[in-house]
Amino acid sequence: MSDTGRGSPFAPHTDAETAAMLDAIGVESEEELFDIPEEVRFDGEFGIAPRSEREIRREVQLHLDRDDDLTAFLGRGHYDHYVPSMVDHLADRSEFLSSYTQYQPEVAQGFLQALFEYQSMLVELTGLEIANCSMYDAASALGEAATLALRARSVDGTRVLIPELLADGRRAVLENYLAGTEATIERYPMEDGNADREALADALDDDCAMVYAENPTVRGTIEEGLSEIGELADEHGALFCLGTDGIALSLLEEPASVGADVVVGDAALGLGASGGLGLGLFATHEDFLRQVPGRLVGVGEDSDGNRAYTLTLQTREQHIRRERATSNICTNQAWVALRAAMHAAWLGADGLVGLAEDCVTNARDLADRLDDVDGVEAPAHDRHHFREFAVRTDRPAEDAREALENEGFAVHAIDDDLLQFCVTETNAGEIEDLVAAVEVVA
Amino acid sequence: MRYDQATWTREDGDETPDTYEPLLAEKRSTAVAVDDSPLPDDLTRETVELPDPAEPELARHYTRLSQMNYGVESGPFPLGSCTMKYNPKFTEDVAALPGAGTHPARSAASTQGTLELRHHLQTYLARIGGMDSVTLQPPAGAAGEFTGILVAKTYHEEHGNDRNEIIVPESAHGTNFASAALAGYDVVSLPSAEDGRVDVDALEAAVSDDTAALMLTNPNTLGLFERDIEEIAEIVHGAGGLLYYDGANLNALLGRARPGDMGFDVMHYNVHKTFATPHGGGGPGAGPVGVVEELAPYLPSPQIEERDGEYEQVEPEHSIGKVHGFAGNWLVLLKTYAYIARLGDSGLEDTSAKAVLNANYLASQIEYEIPFSPFHHEFVASADRDAADVAKRMLDYGVHPPTTKWPEIVDEALMTEPTEAETKAALDQLARAFNNAADDGDEALETAPERTAAGRIDQADAARNPRLSWQTLDD
Repeated sequence: MSDTGRGSPFAPHTDAETAAMLDAIGVESEEELFDIPEEVRFDGEFGIAPRSEREIRREVQLHLDRDDDLTAFLGRGHYDHYVPSMVDHLADRSEFLSSYTQYQPEVAQGFLQALFEYQSMLVELTGLEIANCSMYDAASALGEAATLALRARSVDGTRVLIPELLADGRRAVLENYLAGTEATIERYPMEDGNADREALADALDDDCAMVYAENPTVRGTIEEGLSEIGELADEHGALFCLGTDGIALSLLEEPASVGADVVVGDAALGLGASGGLGLGLFATHEDFLRQVPGRLVGVGEDSDGNRAYTLTLQTREQHIRRERATSNICTNQAWVALRAAMHAAWLGADGLVGLAEDCVTNARDLADRLDDVDGVEAPAHDRHHFREFAVRTDRPAEDAREALENEGFAVHAIDDDLLQFCVTETNAGEIEDLVAAVEVVA
Repeated sequence: MRYDQATWTREDGDETPDTYEPLLAEKRSTAVAVDDSPLPDDLTRETVELPDPAEPELARHYTRLSQMNYGVESGPFPLGSCTMKYNPKFTEDVAALPGAGTHPARSAASTQGTLELRHHLQTYLARIGGMDSVTLQPPAGAAGEFTGILVAKTYHEEHGNDRNEIIVPESAHGTNFASAALAGYDVVSLPSAEDGRVDVDALEAAVSDDTAALMLTNPNTLGLFERDIEEIAEIVHGAGGLLYYDGANLNALLGRARPGDMGFDVMHYNVHKTFATPHGGGGPGAGPVGVVEELAPYLPSPQIEERDGEYEQVEPEHSIGKVHGFAGNWLVLLKTYAYIARLGDSGLEDTSAKAVLNANYLASQIEYEIPFSPFHHEFVASADRDAADVAKRMLDYGVHPPTTKWPEIVDEALMTEPTEAETKAALDQLARAFNNAADDGDEALETAPERTAAGRIDQADAARNPRLSWQTLDD
């Protein structure tokens, strides 16, 4: 097989085999097999030159090298946590990586068991009874939670309440998930980074299908009145959806104990810096079992009476229910769920809680250091923080962001005078340099 | 030839099932109290309990699980419409190159290289589909369908068209119906003609001022090319509707026909089917969407555009907004880029040639009725017995069976798509598995499989008594 020869290097036919196959079919050439009318045949060229593996690696690396070499203190929904080597090595085993949705469970017991374990760990972390085995990302999971709320709360209520401060991506995706419904999305106010519970109480009425809150919030603050939000939602028959992430779940209040009906979010485990690749956590109460979007792995028995795993309750899904399905999702992020489960199991409860605690202390340390810099107030919100926080600067935030970028650091500018920094174990070693750079630009 | 899947025996001796790899929670689990954290007690939970096997145990656990799992690299995997082809190893390495996974909120000015790669991929996909503009944002095929339908919907709204129906052939993928419904449309199901293709008379009767779009797969799920596509496009366009192309079967057409040239206005690409990015047990994939020029102002935001060698992230004028929290499944798309670059024009064209050759050769070697032809990359055979039984028996012969009992147009359907990546020898193995299963007696079929990690699983019982976490298990 030539390196850049004609034809596909992944179509393994020798000329003799091709000839034998054509003969068996009873045609002279491959072209005869194409039943495409002349009028719509393509006879042009794409102008894409085939390259060797070596050339492509070099080409892509050259492109990537054109990106500025910055240390990122970025978060706001996408977090770079260290992923243990074990995860790459084992998740990359081809039996996992090159497999498909588990429609033949007898030859997919391995992946099914791994997904069952993922679901179980999410049940453990949320305190809810059901977890599916992934959506696409936190934003799609939020969108699905809202459509579930509209179905499950078969009252007239169509208002969906979201925090005033919410990542643009999540709000925008939610809007699209609700574009085909009568629902309206309304923002409730926040105070000093957290939900303004009095304002929320005023906004809530029996027309609300869902109240969404996050912990930690998009500003990295830790919510202090989640139980109250849960009670408020419950009083009005609205569903309480809590957004969070897999690491925060191990330390912050347990969603079930604050009255959450649905938990959505991303894993923050198993992926590391992955260009925004998500997972889409989705967990909920048993009451909503038949309304859950996405795939579920359950336990059954095989013909020998042994425990075996299988996809279950598929009558909710699009390939059976079509336009009456609970969701249109088909391809999901199963392999990412596998990685998240591996990472969580590698850490264990002790390691996961320790990692979450490190998030809090790293953020606190960095905020303390930045607060000492003239012209900087850190954190901007007088709250507890998880792994990121807003910073008030005397100079316009966008100017400061650009100046920091020139010093080699990527941070968020989130308002006219607010920057946001996120710190994890992967960039904690660069804190000294970051503080020095802030001193220069502040 | 028979095939035995790896099985494991219980280590504790008693009540030994044949196959057993304990759940992580059954190996070792530890609860920790959260009582000494840097946060006030009222902001934290009380305890967390999780499995905590040591790394060597975990390595063994996941190795064993992998050995109880079948992938494309385990053997032939001819799932019709799913396009399970071999994915080259080097694309994994390309997606792992230093800098590949940079944070998606980085500024455009500091990520010109990444944006340039994304722009190249947009351009490649546009050329391959005959489209004018492409968005890379949708994270899966169904997400691409939803995106495309939202683009169509917004287009109609901007033009003052009040249209509430989407027409979908009954043989289409279930996602088409679900995506149209999610976007708020009434779905009109279109019956197939006797030859398995779109019934043009039925289509003429179905279109109206209410028609927003027709969603079509071409070749369709029977592997048949919709030869009347120009007439179909004329009917839909004539009624003011748009034509949507479901890219699930694009592998059959690469370099030979383009949706844009056939009159399609909007399409999605299943990059995990047509190009390369392993399916990963169900995902991630990516579902870029291509549109003709008229629809480009409605694409998701941001769109990457090149101006004088600089790459910018632009909000299209009437953008539908966003369909992913960030920029889509970028590392998946990077594998797609590497794959397309590896193949180039000649490789892409050869892909469809060999995919169609393989399907036709396999069909010629099996003793089953194939009611519809001529087919391209996939065909639907009819088992004269329970297709699910045939499928379970094929597992014993070391191959993955085809998609079963779908599309419903064919009785006891075995929907088969070998892809271009199978050798003649592998196709012959597949044919033997088909034919042996056809010849085996009823008992062998009803009790199959017998060589897999688990025996036949009672899925109805699993659905009646849902046990979805280890917390629900008694033993």
